[in-house]
Amino acid sequence: MTLFDGVFYVFALITVISAFVVVFTRNIMYAAFSLLFTFFGVAGLYVLLSADFLAVAQILIYVGGILVLLLFGVMLTNKVVSVDLKTGTLQTVPALVIVAVVAGSLAGLFYSTWKNAPTPTTDIVSTTRTLGEMLMTGYMLPFEVASVVLLVALIGAAITARRTRNVS
Amino acid sequence: MDFNEFFTWLQHVQLAHFLIVSALLFSLGIYGIVTRKNAILVLMGIELVLNAANINLVAFSRYGGMNLDGQVAAVFVIILAAAEAAIALAIILNIYHRFQTVNIDEVSALKE
Repeated sequence: MTLFDGVFYVFALITVISAFVVVFTRNIMYAAFSLLFTFFGVAGLYVLLSADFLAVAQILIYVGGILVLLLFGVMLTNKVVSVDLKTGTLQTVPALVIVAVVAGSLAGLFYSTWKNAPTPTTDIVSTTRTLGEMLMTGYMLPFEVASVVLLVALIGAAITARRTRNVS
Repeated sequence: MDFNEFFTWLQHVQLAHFLIVSALLFSLGIYGIVTRKNAILVLMGIELVLNAANINLVAFSRYGGMNLDGQVAAVFVIILAAAEAAIALAIILNIYHRFQTVNIDEVSALKE
């Protein structure tokens, strides 16, 4: 049990337990705030996998962007005054059974297939420079398409969310 | 399954540990998508599933000889998740203005 293993288990527990809270709590605000801890735990796992740029991007985009958007959505679509930010669930038992089967078979499959995977021998280096070079050479087309997608999403979201003036 | 072997395996973190964490996260996300009534909580389930996929991509990128193609794919997943969250929340806000609810059971028509 080295330091790496201990840190992995800390981050894995943070991730999985807060994901449990996201899925099982009845209070929407609790779900949103535990999603924050899930994202942080995933960022920690990225650091352990020596993906430093991705960990920072995860915190910036997920925590700083998507989570704030989700919180705005929660606040704007509930009557906050009535302090009734609860929500119901449906079909819990069949979903639980199916999801447990899926999780068990996936975990068993991963365990039996990759049980003795070789540990990486390559040194840990900063990935930012290499990622930037890859985005500007081999992944040029997907990069440009992604920028167009973001522009379209920006305009589309702004137009869709705009309050229309009595257009019936 | 030999339990002694399993416990020694547990103490030595490698590829399969990350994959199993991502499998758990994926299943929890699917559970959230399937069972929740509130549309925003369904979105949160989708984010969990995307994060699980990202962990898989980065783990294989690390344990496949530090091949960074997986991390580039993860970057694109994050970009698309941001776009998807923005669009989906805009749609949910419109639904709320029109139907005064975000319960996806009650929103089954495109118009009133």
